[in-house]
Formats: sequence, C-alpha cells, structure tokens
Amino acid sequence: MDSITLIAMASIVTAGLTIALGSIGPALGEGRAVATALSSLAQQPDSATTITRTLFVGLAMIESIAIYCFVVSMILIFANPFWNHIIAQAAGK
Amino acid sequence: MRLSPDEMIFWQHGLFKLNGTIVFTWALMFVLAVGSKLITLKLSTGLERSRWQSLLEIVVTGIEKQIEDVGLRHPEKYIGFLGTLFLFVALASLCTIIPGFEPPTGSLSTTAALALCVLVAVPFFGIEEQGLAGYLKSYVEPTVIMLPFNIISELSRTLALAVRLFGNMMSGTMILAILLTITPFIFPIAMSVLGLLTGMVQAYIFSILAAVYIASATRVRNPKPEPAAKL
Repeated sequence: MDSITLIAMASIVTAGLTIALGSIGPALGEGRAVATALSSLAQQPDSATTITRTLFVGLAMIESIAIYCFVVSMILIFANPFWNHIIAQAAGK
Repeated sequence: MRLSPDEMIFWQHGLFKLNGTIVFTWALMFVLAVGSKLITLKLSTGLERSRWQSLLEIVVTGIEKQIEDVGLRHPEKYIGFLGTLFLFVALASLCTIIPGFEPPTGSLSTTAALALCVLVAVPFFGIEEQGLAGYLKSYVEPTVIMLPFNIISELSRTLALAVRLFGNMMSGTMILAILLTITPFIFPIAMSVLGLLTGMVQAYIFSILAAVYIASATRVRNPKPEPAAKL
C-alpha cells in the first residue's frame, strides 16, 4: 500500500473514531449534570436562577471537550497537513 | 469546503487581504456603535421614551444584574468590557439569519483575539482592585507549589475560551452547509434555529466565564476587621 492510500485511510478512520468516542464522555457527563440540577431545582425552587446559570456554565465546560474532539476531526478531514504534503509531493513529481 | 470566513476574499492588493472575517467584524462594529449612538442622542428620563431606548435599557440592566450576580460588586466598572463581549458575540450569531453573512466568530483569529482580551483584562482588573503585590500574591495561594499550576490554568482557560467559541460557531455553519447539499429545505431550517440557540448560549457563556475569571481575580481575600463602633 503506498503512502497516499495509507495517509488517507488513517485520516478517515481516525476522524470517525475521534468524534465517535469523543462524544460519549461529554454526553454522559451532561446527562448527570442536568439530572442533578433538576433534583436540586425540585428541592429549592427559590434559587432557580442561580442553579440554572451554574448549570449552563457547567454544561458549556463539559461541551467544550466534545468541541475539541470535533475540531480535531474537522482538521483531519478538511485541513489535513499530512494529506496536503503528500498531495503536493505527488503533484510535484 | 470553506472552513472559516478567513477564506472569503473580498479584495486583495499585494499583501493586504480584505477577507470575510475583517469585513463582517467591521460591519458588526459599525452596527453596534452607530446604532447605540443614534439611539442615545436623545435620552429621556421621563415616562415617555422611545422603544429603542427601552430596548437598550433592558439590555444594559440585564447585563448589570448578571454581573452583580456573579459577584462583582461595582458592575459599572466592568460592564463596558463584559457587555461588549456579550453584545458582539450575540449579534454575530444573531445575524446568521441574514443570507450571505458568515459569523466572524467562526474564525479562530477572532475568538483567539477575544480570549486574549480576557487574558489581559483579568490581571488588569485584579491589579486595579488589589494592587500589584496583592494580585501577584494570589498566584502563590494556597502554597508556593501551586504557582506553576495557577499559571498553567490561566493559559488553558484562555485557550479553552477561544476553542469553545470557535468550535461552536464553526460547527453550526459547517453543519448547515453540509445539510444544504443533502436535504435542501426543512432540516437545514431546523439546524439553523438550533445554531441560533447555541450561538446565544455561547455568547452568554463567554461573557459569564470572563466575569467569573475577573471576579476570582478581584475578590477580597482578607476582609479587614470592622472598626469598633463609637458609642
């Protein structure tokens, strides 16, 4: 198998695996966060605004892990430096 | 497949490129600045006021209340910075409704610039509130061993702010572009509404996180003992 095929295969497989595995953790974490927030809202409805705001901030921090995986996946598909390098080499030959 | 508005070139002359990010950023700045100036030319404090003034008042008092809730005691010192962050990012994602508009926050340059502004603002407000020695002492709390970890956490917070906003905005526009090639009508509309929602939430998150970082840098650490009341 030559380099071009190898690089393309590795990039595609890794991109898919990155986003697939990388979304599991944040999804589970966000589910737990929202569940806990709902139960504390039920216990103390008066502090609803504080709980909601803290929930949103926490969700954003958890979400950013999934965003990092997404960005890596996008880079592998659309702005892959190894692919660009090998294509430039093949075009130059 | 366009990854960011950096790649939309409107005009080029030698080394100077007028790309989409610059044009849309300046358009947003123009709308915000000129719009606010026009609305505040004739302010009234009576019962009759124009609806634009009421709109601005709602926005400003809302942001002030949020800043106070986070724990910053004099919101008027910080509302210039934090309010601008929120309004810029919110307007950028709101204007995605306009056809042909790409949010400038979908480019890593813009979000990195905003995150660097926060990185500079936190020590600025911290030193203004606590003096240089007081602020620097906060880096060695609770022990001196924490010094490298505190510094690393400052840098990683900034990086996280930039990448979070960039990732959310870019993924919104990219999902829309991909879906438009697959199912032209109904689904892209639903995704664009979702993109609006996440855009506003991310604007809120960005400014609240900046407020929380500033609050942690300016909070009073050793409250002075109350002077004895003179009887």
